[in-house]
Amino acid sequence: MAEPMKIRATLQGDVADVRVLMAHPMETGQRKDAAGKLVPLHFIQTITAQLNGKTVFAADVSQAVSRNPVFAFKVKGAKAGDKLSVTWQDNTGDKRTDEVVIRAGS
Amino acid sequence: MHHTRRSVLRGVWAVGALATAVAAGLLSPGRAFAAWNKGAFEAKNTADAMKALGVSNAQDSRDIQILAPDIAENSAVVLIEITSNIPGTTAISVFIEKNPFPYTGTFDVSQGAVPYVQLRVKMGESSPVRVVVAAGGKYYTTAKEVKVTIGGCGG
Amino acid sequence: MRHALVLGIAAAVAAAAPWPQAAAQTPDPTAAEFDKFREIMEQDNPAELFEVKGEELWRARRGPKNASLEQCDLGLGPGVVKGAYAQMPRYFADADRVMDAEARIVHCMMTLQGFTYAELAKQPFSSLVRTPDPVSLVTYVAAQSRGMKLAAPQNHPKERATYETGKAIFHFRAGAFDFSCASCHGVDDKRIRTQPLPNFTKPDQAIRAVQGWPGYRMTGGVMHSLQWRMNDCFRQQRFPEPGYASETVSALLSYLTVNANGQVYRGPGIKR
Repeated sequence: MAEPMKIRATLQGDVADVRVLMAHPMETGQRKDAAGKLVPLHFIQTITAQLNGKTVFAADVSQAVSRNPVFAFKVKGAKAGDKLSVTWQDNTGDKRTDEVVIRAGS
Repeated sequence: MHHTRRSVLRGVWAVGALATAVAAGLLSPGRAFAAWNKGAFEAKNTADAMKALGVSNAQDSRDIQILAPDIAENSAVVLIEITSNIPGTTAISVFIEKNPFPYTGTFDVSQGAVPYVQLRVKMGESSPVRVVVAAGGKYYTTAKEVKVTIGGCGG
Repeated sequence: MRHALVLGIAAAVAAAAPWPQAAAQTPDPTAAEFDKFREIMEQDNPAELFEVKGEELWRARRGPKNASLEQCDLGLGPGVVKGAYAQMPRYFADADRVMDAEARIVHCMMTLQGFTYAELAKQPFSSLVRTPDPVSLVTYVAAQSRGMKLAAPQNHPKERATYETGKAIFHFRAGAFDFSCASCHGVDDKRIRTQPLPNFTKPDQAIRAVQGWPGYRMTGGVMHSLQWRMNDCFRQQRFPEPGYASETVSALLSYLTVNANGQVYRGPGIKR
């Protein structure tokens, strides 16, 4: 059950500084639960970001990324009011997309 | 069990091999996506992971900046921030050399992103954090040692 | 002549009021690096996910009474959340006791929404698979005091008495190790392994008792509040558990917060 991300996209000139907070357990498959059973591998594998519908950033990642991942990246050619969406997909096929409008920088 | 996920990266790795495969008609030109690189992600050492990614002759470079702590407060959440100043950078890859599976991921910055990324990772023990940058069909690398230790009681 | 006058004044001032230690703790480079990276990570803090969840819970109609918490009075009037956390613990006439933020949230969940203390106290702390509602709620409430100066009031006689009770508890030695809170947190320059132990009796270090809580704890990747932190300190001292949302915890938090009053609260943080 994919929980919402929190995305912050702030303009610095024509570059959008993007920060994404994801809610995901990122289980390595090596942790034992309270009953002593191994918790299965469960982690985000791919991430993409679109600027007004066009892919501008992409990543393949492993289960070594921390629980509740946080990523930062910077997208070129952005302006205030543009739509920035981020999608993640995990190894169970679960998926989540969230979108924000890029804000003018301070 | 994880599905064999399609990689979201443009074929930034093994540029030579991909070009050959396309030329040989094994891949249609429009389909530049490789399968999510299971071989690299399941490699148990950095050398094998790099081989699986098609990385060869990675030159040491001082133009890759890694911001990471000398000593991590908690090995479950270690900040790594990477900036590549190498012109034409298309991708940034991260390997935590002493992790059970060192290959941690690749960030494709070839489609309109600045060659910069921040991530937070789990480290099993003190280890070099190695970064490989792909730029102009060549590979560049640098590493930073990060020590992990158990903390105290509080916080 | 003027030089001597300045020295004379300085001497008089020094004699009249003991000057606080200029450098509170011997600076430790490892601790300084921990602080540096923690502060970078706090700019994008997984705690924010719980703030969002907490706000949803605040506004949602829930419990046997099917009511939201939007009429909950956190001390600044019904429904006023902004700035409330920085002004707690405080006395509430309707409960006739001093309450910290989480105790007050629990009170509102009981009176406005009809939840029972038993069900809220059963498993009040976060685990890897569950974050209790009061924890998300107190994270939301605390975030609304981000950037504000701590100002836990000491106007009501019970507020002052609770501070004194908290101080007494802080210095009370008991348990298998004959520890008090002060054993670790009542002296400068103490450390457990790599974690420096701030001296909470001093204002400039007491801020470290409050700052960053509620905190996203890297160990486990879970959200914890000061109710958890006090409980865990008692456990480390080999004391019996304090009651969840009890007057004991409110008293300790009153002591710690009042000691830190005047300093800026930066909001929910990241903890080891």
